[in-house]
Order: sequence, then structure tokens, then C-alpha cells
Amino acid sequence: MILTQQLILGVLVGGLYGLAAAGLSLTFGVLRVLNVAHGELLMLGGYGTFWLFTLWQIDPFLSLLGVGPAMFALGLLLYWALFQFVVKAHEEARIKNSLLIGFGLTLVLHALAIQFWTADERAVTTAYAGAVIRVGGFAIPLLRLSSLMFAFVILAALQLFLAKTRWGRAIRATAEDWEAAALMGIPVGRTYLLAFALGTALAGIAGGLVSISYSISPSIGIEWTLKALIVIVLAGLGSLFGSFAGGILLGLAEAMSVVFLGGPYREVVGLILFLMVLLVRPQGLFGARG
Amino acid sequence: MLEVENLKVAYGDLLALHGVSLAVRPGEMVALVGPNGAGKSTLLKTISGLLVPRAGAIRWEDKTISAAPPQRIVERGIALVPEGRRLFATMTVRENLELGAFTRRARNEKNAQFDRIFTLFPRLFERQRQLAGLLSGGEQQMLALGRALMGSPRLLMLDEPSLGLAPKIVEAILSVLAGLSRDGMSMLIVEQNVHSVLALARRAYILESGKIVGAGEGRKLLDDDHVRAAYLGPLSRRAR
Repeated sequence: MILTQQLILGVLVGGLYGLAAAGLSLTFGVLRVLNVAHGELLMLGGYGTFWLFTLWQIDPFLSLLGVGPAMFALGLLLYWALFQFVVKAHEEARIKNSLLIGFGLTLVLHALAIQFWTADERAVTTAYAGAVIRVGGFAIPLLRLSSLMFAFVILAALQLFLAKTRWGRAIRATAEDWEAAALMGIPVGRTYLLAFALGTALAGIAGGLVSISYSISPSIGIEWTLKALIVIVLAGLGSLFGSFAGGILLGLAEAMSVVFLGGPYREVVGLILFLMVLLVRPQGLFGARG
Repeated sequence: MLEVENLKVAYGDLLALHGVSLAVRPGEMVALVGPNGAGKSTLLKTISGLLVPRAGAIRWEDKTISAAPPQRIVERGIALVPEGRRLFATMTVRENLELGAFTRRARNEKNAQFDRIFTLFPRLFERQRQLAGLLSGGEQQMLALGRALMGSPRLLMLDEPSLGLAPKIVEAILSVLAGLSRDGMSMLIVEQNVHSVLALARRAYILESGKIVGAGEGRKLLDDDHVRAAYLGPLSRRAR
């Protein structure tokens, strides 16, 4: 009984892990840079949604339609100001340089968030915040279920974009072999820019959903970056729905650890999974061998 | 049409091309032969814009393109079929071909090019929904060639198109290239299979250690003692 209830909650939070991971996976897979400030970008998206609701009572799900594009624009700016210099390096040097820039960005965004919005925890509390759907004996929080579905729809839309459009194909080609992509006449720098901005928008939307269903504070960034990294290792690179499934898997594993081991072990189980997957199947559970 | 003048290219401190000059005239098939590590692939990559030369000039239709990025060069009508084919293995045959027509110029002619390539390679038409990574070696080379042709190039550069393929398939590929050449396509081709390519090409250059050490008509080079000794080996006698 308790287990099933926890597993339901695990699936619900897992969808957000998946969405956070999908954004990081997109930038990592295409640009070969690891943006450790991904969690901070998620935090910014959360504050965006929070303030739009608090100041102007804009419904949080509606405000995501604004937060997404705003974060996309921020992604363009960050790429132009910082990451375009990282991708000029050889692939081996990119990861190292991106870590340095990412950590710097993490510190700056964290400090700015405390400065502007204090270190308090915040959450969007709508009129329907407490609504619960009862199925059998189980309670499903309506907001978290809506967030999960919202995350799924966003990923499906992105998947459609990548599969069917000219620029989507260009992004996939660049991820697979940027030199070959350049030989097709694809402006590789432009696809990097687009992929980075999309990754930032995904982080922002994930953050908005976190502020609706859970809570945000200036320090949640590192935690979410870590979750996203664990999911990427679990799921492997290269598939958005793989990330989504990996996120749900992590959510379920955490739920089980809460039931069988107790709450404090929740954060440990992901890291144990992380190590086990790296040892046994380094390409990830759903990743292609390579 | 294409003129390369005194081109110098380096990887870090290591000079790979020591002042290479060559030309491809309209409609000509030019072969580039030489031992491994001579700089043949480096030269093709530099013309494509993937590498930036240290010195020298590349001119295409009387405009200097030495500093242009790859997408500009593709847009201007120079395509490279790279060594090892470099297909997008996780994408379908059709998607690979679509990507070949990425540039604005190529997009306008896309449907005509699809028809042309499917006529040239009916196998690609049959397999258009398959993943490129699951094709046989010969089919992959056809796809790599088709993908480059989707961009409607006026100069087609090929790096080792017969590498790792069965003799029968090599023959098929070379006959397609001969056909393209008859239709007026300019080509610059790097090939291990020196005998067949020299028989096919109008002119050829010999590249050794980053320098052009010989040039001439393809058939004449076939009779050249140095070329025979260095690249054709004992087989050449039998083939003659």
C-alpha cells in the first residue's frame, strides 16, 4: 500500500528528472559540452514561473508558454557570450573548458538568485494546489500529474521537431558527426546555438514545473544537475524518450529506497545506480553501443 | 575552374602540405594518387573548408575560397565524399539524402535530384526507409555518393571511394563515376585502386610527403616506370 503510493509519487517526480535530463542530454549530445549550470538554469525558470504567478497571478501552466521562449532567448545569449568559445576547442578540450565555464556560471547565478530573491524556499500555490485524484485507495496529486503530462507533451513536441524538420535533422546530424554535417552544408555553429537554446528552454520549463509541484530556492541547482547527470548515465545519450524513461526509473528507485531504507537514503540510491551502470553498461541502459 | 596554388596546411606544428598546386578544369576527372600519409585527404579536407590553410590560395570559379567555412563551399557547388563514407548511421537512407540537399540552392532542386539518384541507384530507392548503418558496404558507398550528389555539385571530390569494397562493387561504383564524368561533372578523386583510376581519369597528380612530385595524363602515368614501380606493383604487368 505504502509502496504503491510511493511508486506513484516516484513516477511523478521522475518525469521532471527526465525533462531536466533531456535538456542536458541535448546540449551534451550535440555540442559535446557539459553544462553544469543546467540546474541553475532550471532554478531561473522556476523563479520566472513563481514571480509571474506571485506578481500578476498568471496561471503557472500558462506562464510556461512565456518562460520557455524567455529561457530560449537566455540560452542564445549564454551561447553567444560563453559557450561559442568552448566549442571552438577540440572535442577532448571542450568538456574541460565547459566544466570551468559551467561552474563559474553556477556560482554567479546562485549568488544573483540569493541577492534578488533571498535564500527562502518558494513554491507556486494556486487555488487548485491541493487537488488530489483518488484511484482505488491511492492519492494522485493533480498538479504533479499535470506536470508529468506537460513534460511528456513538451518532449513529444521536441521529438517531432528533431525527427521531421530540416533544422531538427541538422541537429541530429551534427550530434552524430559534425564534420560530415559540415560537408552537407549545415552551418554547425548555428545548430550548436539552436541546440543550446533548446536545452536551456527545457531546463527553464522543467524549473517552472518544479516550482508548481514542489519548491524552489537558489540552491536547488546543483541537486538538479546531479539528477540530470544520473539520468543521462542511466539512459545513455541520444534519445529524448530514453531520458524520460530514465528519469522515471530514477524516481521509482528513489521511491523504493524511501520505503525500504528510509527517507535519508533517497539521495544515495541514484548515485549507487550511477556507479553500477557505469561499471556494467557504460553506454547507458537505452544508449547505443559506441 | 578549381585552382590550388602553393597550398600549405599544418596540424599544429606539423606541416602536412608543403606548397601544393593543382587545377581541375571544367568537366575534367582528375586523379590524385600517392602513398598513405602523403596528404591526399588533407588536401581534399582543406578544399572543403574543414581545414584552414597556413598559406597559399584556393580559387573556385575565379573567387578565392581559402578562408570560407564548409557550408559556403558546399553552397558554391563543391562536394566531398569523405573517406570512410561518414554516413549518419542512425538516420534512414532518405534522411541522409535529405541532408545532402540542406543548402538553399540544393533545396530548390531536391525533387529532381531524388529522381536522378534513385534512377542511378535503384537499391537506395528500395531501402530508403532503412537505417544507413544497416546497409552493406557497397550500398553505403552508393548512399555517400548519392548524398553528395543531392547538393547538385559542380565539382565532386571523392576520398577513397573503393576502400574496403568487393571488386565487383568497386567496378559498379567506378562505372557510375565514369557516367557522371561523361555527363560533364568535374571530379577530383583520391584512390588506392591506382590502376583503374588512372585508366579513367584524364589527368593525374602524384602527391608524396605533402608535395606534388609528378603530373600528367592518366594513361601516360600508367606507363611511367616510377609510377608503375611505386603504386602498381607486380600486378601492373599482368594487367597490361
